Order: sequence, then C-alpha cells, then structure tokens
Amino acid sequence: MLSRAADNLYWMTRYIERAEAMARILDVAQRMSLQTAAASRNGGRSDEWEAALIIAGCDTSFALHGGPATRKAVIEFLAFAPDNPSSIHACLKAARENARAMRAQITNEAWESINAAWLEMQTLGMKKVEADGFSPFFDWVRERSQLFRGVAEGTMQRDDANRFMRLGTLLERADSTARILDVKYHILLPSPGDIGGAVDYYQWGALLRSVSALRIYRQIYRDSIRPSRVAELLILREDFPRSLHACFAEIVTILQQLRQFYRHDYPSVRQAEGMLMKVRYGDIEAIFDAGLHEYLTDTIDSNIELGAAIARDFMQPA
Amino acid sequence: MTAFDEMDTGAAGGQSQSGQSQSGQSQSAQSPAQRNAVRAPYQDYKRWLDAAPAGLLARRRQEADLLFRRLGITFAVYGEGGDTERLIPFDIVPRIIAAKEWRRLRRGLKQRVRALNAFLDDIYHARAILKAGAIPEDLILKNAAYVAPMRDVAIARQTYTHIAGIDVVRTAEDQFYVLEDNCRTPSGVSYMLENREAMMRLFPDLFAAVRVAPVGHYPDALLQTLRESAPANCAAEPTVVLLTPGVFNSAYFEHVFLAEQMGIELVEGGDLTVKDDVVYMRTVGGLKRVDVIYRRLDDDFLDPKVFRKDSLIGVPGIFQAYKAGNVTLCNAVGTGVADDKSIYPYVPDMIRFYLGEEPLLANVPTYVLRRPDDLKYTLEHLPELVVKEVHGSGGYGMLVGPKASQAEIESFRAKILARPEAYIAQPTLALSTCPTFVEEGIAPRHVDLRPFVLTGETMRVVPGGLTRVALREGSLVVNSSQGGGTKDTWVLEDAPDIAAGED
Repeated sequence: MLSRAADNLYWMTRYIERAEAMARILDVAQRMSLQTAAASRNGGRSDEWEAALIIAGCDTSFALHGGPATRKAVIEFLAFAPDNPSSIHACLKAARENARAMRAQITNEAWESINAAWLEMQTLGMKKVEADGFSPFFDWVRERSQLFRGVAEGTMQRDDANRFMRLGTLLERADSTARILDVKYHILLPSPGDIGGAVDYYQWGALLRSVSALRIYRQIYRDSIRPSRVAELLILREDFPRSLHACFAEIVTILQQLRQFYRHDYPSVRQAEGMLMKVRYGDIEAIFDAGLHEYLTDTIDSNIELGAAIARDFMQPA
Repeated sequence: MTAFDEMDTGAAGGQSQSGQSQSGQSQSAQSPAQRNAVRAPYQDYKRWLDAAPAGLLARRRQEADLLFRRLGITFAVYGEGGDTERLIPFDIVPRIIAAKEWRRLRRGLKQRVRALNAFLDDIYHARAILKAGAIPEDLILKNAAYVAPMRDVAIARQTYTHIAGIDVVRTAEDQFYVLEDNCRTPSGVSYMLENREAMMRLFPDLFAAVRVAPVGHYPDALLQTLRESAPANCAAEPTVVLLTPGVFNSAYFEHVFLAEQMGIELVEGGDLTVKDDVVYMRTVGGLKRVDVIYRRLDDDFLDPKVFRKDSLIGVPGIFQAYKAGNVTLCNAVGTGVADDKSIYPYVPDMIRFYLGEEPLLANVPTYVLRRPDDLKYTLEHLPELVVKEVHGSGGYGMLVGPKASQAEIESFRAKILARPEAYIAQPTLALSTCPTFVEEGIAPRHVDLRPFVLTGETMRVVPGGLTRVALREGSLVVNSSQGGGTKDTWVLEDAPDIAAGED
C-alpha cells in the first residue's frame, strides 16, 4: 500500500473522530454550564466555555479572534468556523477531502457516508442549529461519525487500508478521552467547599454522559459517581471502548501485525507497547497522588509523539 | 419514424452538407419501403423495439437519468472547484455494429496502429521514411511534438503507442473513415464500460434477445498488455502502476476506475522516486520497485529534469530510468508526433511504406496546404471545406466553410495565404446517423466511434468503444463540450473471435 494512501486514510479517520470529539467536548460544556448556571448566579464562575476552548486546544486561536468566550461565540468557533482548522466544519471537510483522494481505496458505501455528512454539514450553520437546538446537532455529528465507522467496518476489506484507518480513529480517540477527562481541572467549582457537592457530582455525571459512559459506569461500579472511578474507567478499564487502555491495546495489536507482515523493527511499535504497559499496570490512586492533570498532559504529549513515530515509520519512507 | 442510415438501408449519409461526399438520397426522397428496410445488425433490436410497450423507452430513460445521476454525483465531485467536470449525457439507444463490419474495422485498426508504431520507432531511430522522402523531413524534425531526447532510446518491444484510440465514422455501407488517431493518452474507455453496465441494468431482456459481444474484460486485456510491455530485464511478475496527474484532472475518475478494475496502485508523481535509475513507489512497507507505468500524464510534465522544469506532478529522474531500460512508460514518450494533424495525411503512406499493404481504413481526404496544388484547390473551394490549423485543437482556429459568412471566409483566406503550411483542409463528411432518444422521441443524430487498440505481445481490440453522438439536430459535432453525448456500442457476436479481439 502506498505511503500517501496510508497517510490519507489515517487522517481521514482522525478528522472524523476529531469532529466527533469536538461535538462531545461541546456537549459536556453545554451540560456543565446548565448545572452551574444556578451557582454562577450566586457569584461563582461559569467558565465551561473557556474550558471547552482549552481542552480543544483552541484557546489561543480563539483569543486571536477577539471577543469574550460566550456560549454562542465558542460553539460558533468550535463547530462552524471554516478558518478554525479544528472546527467540526473544517474536520468534516478535511475528512471528506482525504476520502475523495482515496476513492479507489475505500468502498462506495464508505465514501457515500462521508460525502453525505459533508454535504449536509454545508447546509447547517449557527443560525439554523441555534434555532433547532444544539444537542440534536451534537448528536448528529456523533451519529455521522459512528455511521461511517460502522459502514467501514461492515464493508472494507481487512487489509492495511483498514489498519491505518483504525489507527487514525484510535489515536484521535485516546487524545480526545484524555482531553475530556481533563476538563474538570479547568473548571473551577464555585468554592472549594463544593468538592463532592451537588455541582461537582453533576459535572462528573455530565462528563461520563458526554463519552457515552454513564450506563457502563453504573453497571461496572454500581455506585454513585466518584472522580477516581470515573478516571479509572476512562484511563484503565480495557472493556470501555473509549478508554486509553482500550485504545492503546488495539493500536499495539495493529502495529504488531504490521511489524510481523513487513518484518521490520519499527520504533513506533515499541513506543506504543510502552504506553500500553503504563495503562495496563497503572493504579488510579497513584495517578491521583501524582496529579491527574499532569498524568493527562503527559499522555497527550506521548500521544503526539506516537503519531509522529507512526508517520515516520509508515508514511514518510526515505 | 424518421430514417437512420445506421439502422435503415437506403439512407446512406444522414445530412450531408456539401463537399466531395456523395450523400445518396435525401431523407424526404425515401420511399416508405426503403424506410422500413432495417439494416441487418439492427433487426433484432428493431423487433424488440416494435414489441416494446409504449412509453417504455421514456421510462427507461428516466431510470437511466437516475442511475447516472447517482454515478454522476460520484463523478462530478472530482471536478468540484472549477466545475469543469460535467455529466456527459447518455443515450439509451445502442449503436449496433455487425460482426462482419467489426472484423473489417478491427483489421483496419490493427493495421493502422502497427504502422503508427513502426513509424514512431523509425523516426526516433533509422528515419528510413524520411530518407525515402515519403514524408518531408522538416515536418517531423521541426514538429513541436517531436521529442528530441527520445532519439535512439531503445524501448521494450519497440512499441510506442500501447493504447491507441482511433476515431472513426461510417459514411456508407462498409465505408469507415478515420477522423483522428489518438496515440498519447486516449481517454473515454471508462464510458464504454459504464455505459454497458447501465444498459445491462436497464434492458436485461434485450441482452437475452440480442447477442452482444462483452466488453467487461477490457481492464484484464489492458493489464495483460501492460505486463507484456515490461522491460526485458524484469525478472519476476512485473509491478504495474497507473500514474495520474491527480484529483483535479478532468479524467481522474477514469484513472480511479481503471486502477481499481485492474487491481493496481493509482500513484501520483510524489509517490514515485528514482534511485540509481530505478523507479520505486513509496509504500508502507518501504520502497517497492515499479516496472511498468501506465501514465496518464503528458510528456511535458513527466520529468522536471528533462521536460518542463516547473512540473510539480512529475517524477525527477524518471526519464533517465526509462532510457536505462529499467522501466516501461505506456504510452512511450514522444508519441504525439504520430497523431499530429499535419502527420495525419501521411498515415496511408506509412501503411504502404512499413507494411507493404494497402490501407484498409480510409483517411478523410485531406488537402495539405503546404502543397501548392492542394492550396490552390482549397482557396477555390473554401465555402465547401473545413480548414483546420495543424497544431490547433478543440475547434479553435478552424473554418467551417458551409457555415461561415463571406467575411469570415475572406479573413481566413488571408490567414491561409500568410502561413499555408500551418493549415489542412477537409471536405465535410456525410456522417451516418443513429436512432437516438431525444425530447421528441426517437430521431436521427450523427455519431462517431472511438475503439481502443492495445499493443503488447499481441494486439487486442475489445469489441466496442466510445460512441459519441451529436445530440443537437443536424449537428456534426460530437464533442461533449458542444452538446455531445455517449451511447453504448454493441458489436454483434457470431463467433468467439469477436470477444477475444484477435484475428
């Protein structure tokens, strides 16, 4: 398979996953802002939208845009701004561009699914979505992403093309899970005394909901929502499909298959194996003791390094 | 119903305009009996058509529109940004050719392509035809399409145009004329395949009633041809790729389609790299050697080290690898000189010179205005002739005498007199017309045909081609930019040699 094809397919699925992640980030911010609305009226800060910008990695570019981080301004910037390369609009466009260049490598169904998403996205704008409600729009983005993965899973040959598509999805997903979990670090509670209080509780609940994990949490823990368990679920549990553990486990499997097939000792494989070991044998108490935010920042950094290593190994050969 | 000389006898020549072509009777002069005499290849189709319930064609056309819009959406998106790629209209009435007619045509096509390949090999090596004075030397050596770096380059099998598209028209029973040879990168074969797919979906019962030779094996024949063209030093199974200029090329969907059908990699310039005169493609498993490149990229853009320096879509060093005999380019570099309009009048002479045979397919009579006699005749008959600039294309710099005003003719006369060697002139032909489903029902429209001739170890011609139809009434222009459409081309099968494409 051509390196360029691998690169295109990898980025195609990364962008789709990123669009979905952005919808999830906006969704969690939206839910949290509703919880804290009452508190903020009593003098507490309501900075969910600032937090959304930070975890999306868009706070600097938003600042250049000027203006305060209101709900409307942030949603417009993260969902619709064509000049924000991380916006849902830009991600779907980029995914579709990559797919278009790879028409020969993906099935018609997969192409039609992504093309239809992009065509529909072009008919959506801030005005229309504001009138129809934000939540249905966030759901729509998530559904289109899930539909694409389902179609790809159900129609594509299980070959290298499929492997690089999965790698794109999984790397982006690991990144997004780490960022979403970090949201709590950026959102201050109305007062230190609120830790463990109602607002705190609802915020963790909103976070779980935004990664489709509330039900799974209840089934696994059969307990009320506690921060350490939420973190454990999202980082260490292999059976939760969006956890770092689940993502790294599949990344390692795929990279090992490539290593076996091409009989080459790729540095990226060892790097991914190292990351998998860290979550496989990790302990949530130790993570909290050292600082969850620091742990997540480290994870995001090593994720970026892993992406670069994969690119060096497969997509930019000499 | 109106007469169509493709379908009905006694109507040779649809709407002849003037010139030397003799157009039998005009349509109004035909007796009803003549009109009802259906030419043999169309008999089964006519029987089916007569038995078909009223409105069937209209319904099928709507279905076809839907079908193609679906495919078309897929195709049209490639042209997004510029909107150059349009849907080419598809006509649901097939153009039908009898097995006997096809065999004659096929022999003529192969003969012509054999001569064109011999000619290309000759002018880049021994130049026998120039030394013999059969073609003026400066016409070749000073031709913009003559690629000097190809001098004395030895290429595999001495084959230059592996894939040739020869445009022909029928003017009378058993009379085909060649309009144009396409020896560089002829396109349109995907329409041949897609149109057949559509027809089989729309009219399955028709295919049960009429024995139509299949065309679906074209990608296999092409791949086989490309493999056979591998360099002599290629030991293992050759690795074949299709090189495209990229997603913004107007024929990109055809590149995708063919690569997919052949199961080969579709590469862009940046995917290839040259090391020690060997071409490699960059794959996830590292560099992989490439032996044969079906390139849909013009000579000019192929190698910035040798041709256009500003080409970003080429592969630096590929020409050196080609010269070293480590890779085959299909088609070869420098084939354009064989399909140049100024060379066209000499193709019948090439056939005689290289093959010692009389041409089986006629050229349209062409006046070469660098010849004093031809110039004199042309200047005297401008209102009847089509005058073309030899290096022009797409109808630019062209005079259509019968449709031009006196003033236009006079201004063109001055241009010709200033540079006679830059022009050729041809009579307007009485092109055959084929039944075509248009707004008002079935009506005659002019058609041409581009069959594709493959040259590898053997020559192969898949029974069919791209039939283009001038959808505007009376129009002779089949070009898609001027209201042209396409039809499925049926070659009737009476023996296995038809599908095999070999004599």
